[in-house]
Formats: sequence, C-alpha cells, structure tokens
Amino acid sequence: MSKVKMAKRNDFWQRNRLSDGYLLKKTILNYALKILRFLLMFGLCFLILQPILNKISVSIMATKDIFDSTINVVPRNFSTENIRLAVYLMDYPSALTNSLLISLSISLVQLISCTLVGYGFARFNFPFKKFLFACVILVIVIPPQTISTSLYLHFRYFDIFGIVSLINGDTANLRGSAIPYYLMSVGCMGLKNGLYIYLIRQFFRGIPKELEEAAYVDGCGTLSTFFRIMLPDAKPILTSCFLFSFVWQWTDNFYSGMFLGKTKLLSTELESLADTLGNYLADGKGTQQVSVGYVQQINSIGTLLVVTPLILLYLIAQRGFVESLSQTGIKM
Amino acid sequence: MAKVFKAEKRPKEKKVRTNIIAGPKKDKKKTLAGKKAIQGYLFILPFILGFLFFMVKPLFQSFIMSISEVTVSNEGFSTSLNGFANYSKAFTIDPQFNQILADESWKMVINSLATIVFSMFVALLLNQKFKGRAFVRAVFFLPVILSSGVIVGLDSNNSLVQGMANAIESSSSASVTSVIENILSTTKMAGGFLETIFDIVNKVYDIAIASGIQIIIFLSALQTIPKSMYEAAEIEGCTKWEMLWKITMPMISSMFLVNWIYTIIDFFMKSDNQMLTKIKQEMVVSMDYGFSSAMAWIYFGVVMVFIGISSLLISRVVYYYE
Repeated sequence: MSKVKMAKRNDFWQRNRLSDGYLLKKTILNYALKILRFLLMFGLCFLILQPILNKISVSIMATKDIFDSTINVVPRNFSTENIRLAVYLMDYPSALTNSLLISLSISLVQLISCTLVGYGFARFNFPFKKFLFACVILVIVIPPQTISTSLYLHFRYFDIFGIVSLINGDTANLRGSAIPYYLMSVGCMGLKNGLYIYLIRQFFRGIPKELEEAAYVDGCGTLSTFFRIMLPDAKPILTSCFLFSFVWQWTDNFYSGMFLGKTKLLSTELESLADTLGNYLADGKGTQQVSVGYVQQINSIGTLLVVTPLILLYLIAQRGFVESLSQTGIKM
Repeated sequence: MAKVFKAEKRPKEKKVRTNIIAGPKKDKKKTLAGKKAIQGYLFILPFILGFLFFMVKPLFQSFIMSISEVTVSNEGFSTSLNGFANYSKAFTIDPQFNQILADESWKMVINSLATIVFSMFVALLLNQKFKGRAFVRAVFFLPVILSSGVIVGLDSNNSLVQGMANAIESSSSASVTSVIENILSTTKMAGGFLETIFDIVNKVYDIAIASGIQIIIFLSALQTIPKSMYEAAEIEGCTKWEMLWKITMPMISSMFLVNWIYTIIDFFMKSDNQMLTKIKQEMVVSMDYGFSSAMAWIYFGVVMVFIGISSLLISRVVYYYE
C-alpha cells in the first residue's frame, strides 16, 4: 500500500518538475477552491437548516423544558408525547392520504395541461399569440385573493352558457366539491399555473428547430413529434414543474379552504391545529394547561409533520434530475 | 455565413414537408401556416377556455369596482359608476399611497436583483460535482417548501423558534459584516451604495428563502446544456470563466427571463408587502371596495410596466436556437 502511495507521490513531483511547477500550482488552486466551496455550502446550508433544526429540538422537548429559561436548544427531558398528540390532533394518517391523493392528481392534471399550452406557445404561430401570452403573464401577476369572491359566486351558481340550468332547471352548486378545482386545473388556472406555462414555453423554445424538422421529414405527425421527440427532452423542466405544483398544492390553504373545505388535508389541518388543540384541552383531555408556548410547540411539530413527506418526495424526484442529465446530450 | 445558408435552405425543406405530410392535392385551400395555426390553437385550448371561464369575469368585475362607488348593504353589492375618482383619490388625496408605491418599487428592484444573482450563483455551485451534492440540493429545496402556503404564516408567528434563533445568534458574538461595516463607516467610505449592499448581506436569509424556486429553475436549465459543448470549448482552449460567459449564460438566458419575471412577481405578491397590506386593510377594515381595487389596479399597472420594460431589455440578449 505505502509503496504505491510513495510511487504516486514521486510521480507527482516528477510530473511537477516536468511542467515547471504548473501542476503544483493547479493542484493547490483546486484544493483552495474546494475548501472555499465547502465553507460556502456549509454556511448556506446552516442558514437554511437552522430554523428546521430548532423546530426539531422543540418537538422532542418535554413541555416543561420550554418554560425553562436555562435551556436554549438541547432539551433536558426528551419526550415523544407531544409528537403523538400532534399526530392524533391532525388526524395525520387520513389527512396524509387525502393530501397525497389530491396533490398528486391536481399536480398531474396541471402539469399535463400546462405542458400542452406551453408547447403550443413555443412551437406554433397563430394570430393573437402575443395577446394570449400577455394573458398568461396576467394570470401569473394577479393574486388569487383578488378574484376569490367572484370565483365563489361563480361556483355557487355554476353554469356554462345556460346548459346546466336547461337540464336541471337550476344552476349547479359546486361549492364544497372538488370538481371546480379540477376544472380550474384543466384550464391552467390553478395555483401559479401561469409560471409553469411560461417555464415550459421557454424550455421548448430552446430546442433547435432542426430536431423538429427532422422528425417531420421522417414521417412524424405533430402529436408524435411532441410525444416522442419533445417530451423526453423536457424531463428536467417537467420534473421541476411537477415538484413545484405538488409542493404548492400540498401546503396551499387558500384554494383548499375554498374548494375542499370538507376534506381533511394536511395544510388545512395545520392551519386549524391551534384551535383543535384549544378545544381538546378545553374538554379536559390533555395533561397540560393552554399557553402560548405549548400551542407553538404543537404548531412546530405540525409544520415538521407537513414538511417531512415533501422532503422525502424531493429525494426520490431528484433522481429524475440526475438521470436526465445523462440523457440530454443529444442536442444539435 | 452559416446563418445565411440556413435561411436560404429553410423554405425548400418546408415544401418537401407539405408534400409528404399533407399530400399534394388533398386540401389545397389550407396552407401549412394555417394548419399549424389551428394545431397551435388546439394545444393552447385549455388555457383559452380556463381564462375565459375563470379569469375574465372576476377581472372584469374588479375593474368595474375600481371605476365605481361600491356600497355594501345586507343584500349584497351595488355599484354606481363614478369615473376615475378612485384613481385620482389614490394619487392625490391618500397620504400614504404615493410614498408606499415608490418605496415598494425601489425595494422590488433591489431585492429582485439580489435574488437573481444569489440564485444564479448557488445554481452554478450546485451544478458542480462534489461529495454530498444530493444532500445540499435537498437543503436548497427546503426554501421552496418553507416559503409556500400555510407554512409562511405559521413560521413568522412562532416566537418560540424565533427566540431560539435569537439565542443562537447572540451566542456567536462576532459578525463579520458589522465589523466591515464599522471599519468602512469610520473611514467614511460607506456611501448610499455600500449601505444597500450591507442591507442585502444582512438579509441573506430572506433572500435565500426567496430564491428556492429560482435556484431549481436555473439548475434544470443548466442540466439541459449538452456536455459536448464544454468539451469542445475546453479543447479549443477556453478557460472556465470564458465558458461561463460564452456557453452557460447564453444557454440559460431564456430561463433567466422567466426567473426575473417570477422574482418580481413573487416579491410583489409577498404577504408582508406594504402595498398589499394597505389594499387589504382598505378592503376589510374600511370596506372601501372601489378604492382598494383601484389601488390594486394601479399596482398591477406599475408591475406590468416594469415587467414589460425589463423583459423587452432582457429578451434582446436572450438566445434561442431559432
């Protein structure tokens, strides 16, 4: 072993001498850069992780540790009692499955329609294209809160050109069901859908025209060009769009509260966790008194419970990123 | 030379294509361009329908509100048009509006620039190969989660965790930026520009949290650049620095545009934005729907103009394959 190392070292100095000291300089520079990068990464990661770490330490504390001013970060008495309580209060298993189902289906629907629209904007020329694209920007810019009252009325008395009232004799009340939300997702009007359209359009615009033309010459129609040539290339951008839409759906309380009020979701459960805790304690079931610290402890546990599945998802989806890296060498 | 050659060649190819796909005699009336236009409309049909059904009406209502006097009674709204009185009220009567508008616009510019530069830098770092890259990438995905939906509100209200963060901060006494700032200010070098820089450095957590999405967008753009380009450049004797400006920048410039626009919009819709707070306050507390939607429309207008100008400027340098 050591012989090999020695040989390597000798070899290094020999090569260094041959290159007039250039090799040594370059190796030192490389290591310096590596160390600098490590320091930077460490600092930035710590910056982002610190609040999460604080939450973790809060969540494994026994409640009496919170009120102890001599304890800063590391708990003296460990306890998982509060975590169990939070899981019970949020109705975690059923809320988790509901959230998974809703987020997965909604983000898939949004991804599909946004991909189609983005591709249409990127690859075709048609009249009023600029005007329609300005509408996309408008959709990104307008905060959903400003149109919420109007949307509420829209779905309370839902009708398409009077067709529904022709059949039923009355307008349909779609409030409280998930249908309007799916409809909106199909129409690219969900949460931040304009951004996905824009992203996907920019990506498709970057693909060389020759690729498309080659496909046409080889006998591909518009659709098969789209599915067989364009989509495989767009994997990284589609992965990130899917991730965004999944995460935003997962933590969204605005649309969920408006359309899916009855379904138990993680986001809405987390939002009302403080009230649930208050009711639970008021019924005399808990072992603790109501206090700000206690509520906030339960809240941070709830936040962790909501965030953890997303991190797991990212770790899985990240593979898509890395894999596509090796696949997309075919351009030009 | 190559470009001229391509331009000459393209029409020929198109002719060939029409012959193969559409057949020479089947439908003479439809040109290829017309066909493509119809296909294009089919692709963006979901958006058009969605926009018509779910966006036009609310937008129209909000605009009507902004140019009318809205009175709220038990039975609902009633509106009576009063021209642009609400708009002139915002600009000339309301004492805060102009001030807040100018402040927010300036903050928007500074913060967006800082966010873009930061996220670009981090994305370039994360795209390199090093040990623990998967972990670091996962960490940089956290801001996307933490800056979304219900979590933002809960986090900023949580004094327990904040107190803990303060305890940690105060236990590490030396702050590099404050030392540098002291030195510079005692030597009277710190002008307005430096102060802005220090301001940004001190807010690095906010910027890191705000740039989660941008980092991922940049990363996915970086990953679509073929490796062969860098290899070719290296053989030709390019340095890393030259590669950054000659290959990386042009190749991700289209995503740069998206990121820039998204950053502006994200800042403009932030929940701690003074302008939005004011609009909400007028709407909820004073029940002055007309005035608040007029302010919202002015704010939209400013942001749209801002986006329009900057995207015009940026799209001049954006590189597409076309």
